[in-house]
Amino acid sequence: MTLESIISVRNLHVSYRDRKVLKGINLDIYKNRITAIMGPSGCGKSTLLRCMNRMIDLSEGARVGGKVLYRGENIYSPKIDPAQIRFRIGMVFQKPNPFPKSIFENVAFGPRINGYKGDLSALVEQSLQRAGLWDEVKDRLHENAYMLSGGQQQRLCIARALALEPEVLLLDEPCSALDPISTMHVEELIRQLKERLTIVIVTHNIQQAARVADYTAFLLQGELVEFGETSRMFTVPKDKRTEDFITGRFG
Amino acid sequence: MIRQDEMFSPGLQNRQRRNRIFKWIFLSANLLGLVVLAALLVKVMRDSWGWLDLQFISSFPSRFPEKAGILPALYGTVYLMIITAVFAIPLGIGAAVFLEEYAKKSKFLSIIQVNIYNLAGIPSIVYGILGLTVFVRWMMLGRSLLAGGLTMGLLILPVIIVTAQEAIRAVPQSWRHASYALGASKWQTIRYVVLPSALPGILTGIILALSRAIGETAPLIPIGALTFIRVIPGSLFDSFTVLPIQIYNWTSRPQDDFRAIAAAGIVVLLVVLLGMNSIAILLRNKYQGRIKEV
Amino acid sequence: MVDSAGKGFRREKGVEILLALAASVSVLVTIGIVVSLFSETAGFFKEVSVKEFFTGTKWTPLFSPAHYGIAPLVAGTMLVTVIAMIVAAPLGLASAIYLSEYAPDGVRRLIKPVLEILAGIPTIVYGYFALTFVTPIIRAVFPQTNVFNALSAGIVMGIMLIPMISSLSEDAMTAVPNSLREAAYALGATKLEVSYKVVIPAAVSGIVASFILAFSRAIGETMIVTLAAGSTPKLTFNPLDSIQTMTAFIVQVMLGDAPFGSIEYKSVYAVASVLFVVTLSLNLIGTWIVRRYKEVY
Ligand SMILES: Nc1ncnc2c1ncn2[C@@H]1O[C@H](COP(=O)(O)OP(=O)(O)OP(=O)(O)O)[C@@H](O)[C@H]1O
Ligand SMILES: [Mg+2]
Repeated sequence: MTLESIISVRNLHVSYRDRKVLKGINLDIYKNRITAIMGPSGCGKSTLLRCMNRMIDLSEGARVGGKVLYRGENIYSPKIDPAQIRFRIGMVFQKPNPFPKSIFENVAFGPRINGYKGDLSALVEQSLQRAGLWDEVKDRLHENAYMLSGGQQQRLCIARALALEPEVLLLDEPCSALDPISTMHVEELIRQLKERLTIVIVTHNIQQAARVADYTAFLLQGELVEFGETSRMFTVPKDKRTEDFITGRFG
Repeated sequence: MIRQDEMFSPGLQNRQRRNRIFKWIFLSANLLGLVVLAALLVKVMRDSWGWLDLQFISSFPSRFPEKAGILPALYGTVYLMIITAVFAIPLGIGAAVFLEEYAKKSKFLSIIQVNIYNLAGIPSIVYGILGLTVFVRWMMLGRSLLAGGLTMGLLILPVIIVTAQEAIRAVPQSWRHASYALGASKWQTIRYVVLPSALPGILTGIILALSRAIGETAPLIPIGALTFIRVIPGSLFDSFTVLPIQIYNWTSRPQDDFRAIAAAGIVVLLVVLLGMNSIAILLRNKYQGRIKEV
Repeated sequence: MVDSAGKGFRREKGVEILLALAASVSVLVTIGIVVSLFSETAGFFKEVSVKEFFTGTKWTPLFSPAHYGIAPLVAGTMLVTVIAMIVAAPLGLASAIYLSEYAPDGVRRLIKPVLEILAGIPTIVYGYFALTFVTPIIRAVFPQTNVFNALSAGIVMGIMLIPMISSLSEDAMTAVPNSLREAAYALGATKLEVSYKVVIPAAVSGIVASFILAFSRAIGETMIVTLAAGSTPKLTFNPLDSIQTMTAFIVQVMLGDAPFGSIEYKSVYAVASVLFVVTLSLNLIGTWIVRRYKEVY
């Protein structure tokens, strides 16, 4: 099977005000694969992820140089509306952030604003199914989303993103606010979703990367130290720093 | 599988156009404020043109607009503010210190706090009636400067308390601990650590409260601030007038010339307020700088 | 040693008591307002039946035959305040949305002081502006307009309230966590959609509170209506007509020479009591809502 690159990061530089946080990143995200971005806290993982759907535009003081190609087109070209990119590339955040609305309305939000032409209830059901939440909430769709547990809220946020049928789903440490059981659920879910879409997951949890990712990128102080198949990287790391990080010998 | 492009029609161009249109609508709501402010200033400037001169500042009210002036109103305003300040500032700061530093969190405290917030929302004319009843009649102070000053003091008390509370709350807890560690008592800590560092914030609040008081008309009407004052008040128990009352009196007359001197009075009032607010802004900037250093 | 410690302790205690007294003044003020209002109001209701006061439709305490139905004053007050809210609510909210969601820092720093200045202008100045600037414009458009009319006072009062609604609503909107905005943007929402589908619904209680507090402020506003809205108590919904508000009536009697103890004098207290109860209730509701949404986040 040939690997098709759906997102290509080319010589990406990002700075906040005068502080450089990403220094010339080159990276390919392969279609229908799970790519993990790992690295110590503050190394620029979230920044890199937010560059892939232009959420970085919302970070105050952030300046972006270089290119991010999505299906061959530079998403930073002036004729691109960031909303259009975000519509195609979904995102799930570190802390579950459901809207203070009903479970149904949360999932229906994206389809509504983007002019969904089909049957909305069916789409909501389908998205909740795919997020593995349907059985738990099917009788309480009109309850406020804040009634759900943290893990359920995070899966709701995944369902909300899935409702737009994105081609790529970006997950920024989706399990860091969750307990081990919920984390397991979400990881299982991510593996299933791989069939339909491409996933990029940020994590600083080495085991998580090893468990779910096909490819792993190791980021250190704004530089991409190593990128490759997870199995290879975790067995024969090329870079000394990667090895130190994986074996936990790192600061 | 269904392609998303067939199932969704985001219509982003239209949505972004609507976004831009509304952005301008939202902005113009703010520009309207600017326009009104400009119109208001231009209007009073033009109306008062030629009337605002030294004679106006230094004369007594008169039946003849060209001879009329605001001297007693200016004095009245200054005296009234002094009384108001002397009365309200210590009370307000004292109350704030008590609420922030001494009072235990309790049901009673929260009632006092809600009470203070609500006092700030009571119509000023009601304060006037309070002043008339309690100060003018029950305490038999008459329609005097003192009665007016006390009334105005009660009116701005909640503002002073609330702003002083905020300033005191902004003093880092660690400074208090440091003071206690040096063996200072509670009152010494408040006196030498808390109040000095909260001072700029408290002063800002005081100035804002006093500039509100300077512009207030309604509470002084029941107190009976007069408009035809031919002498400058010499004691706490003399009758008095103030700038806004004088402006009100002139505005309520139909003749254009009286409107003109009303406008001249407004210019004087606004200049006084502008001066006070500039001081408050200067203080606030200094204050914000200090908190950042911490 | 023991002595001086005892002295220090006594001084500490003394200071605390003094400060407690200062704090209790605020409670005394409330009690003072209630007692002074209700003292004369009670006297008023010895002479006028409660039924007439609340159900009568004529208010003519200064003429004979005197009627004491408060309805015309309430209607006048409502007419002006409703006009004010029609002006202030949408504009104040729009201003808040701009400041909280759209404004770049630089523009914000320009607009905020303008709003603060508008909020700090004395109401007497607004009254002058209504009477000498806005009223002539209205009369140029609608020649049948009375020199004193509810519309002019209402519009200017609305403008006066914009900064208040704007800043309270903005507070409520900035209290909405950014994570909610990000969630919406990540689904491809435009800024406008984020504003009205996420931020406003999440801030709705604070926005409603700002409306309530502004409404209460409008009911108690005195000088604009006294100067520009007239002194003819009338049951009318015609904004071009001269009316009288509760506050303007109080001023009218206070400027006259109604003697202490006369029925006209007492009627002021009855009207002021109504004013007090209404504005206090609105304020309590408003601040209660604000406290509640502050607890949510
Ligand atoms: N909006 C911002 N303004 C200024 N600096 C920022 C901003 N966001 C992030 N940074 C800084 O940029 C660097 C990279 O941040 P980023 O959030 O990408 O790191 P991260 O790898 O995701 O860390 P974590 O694991 O803690 O989430 C950090 O040092 C951070 O302090
Ligand atoms: Mg991060």
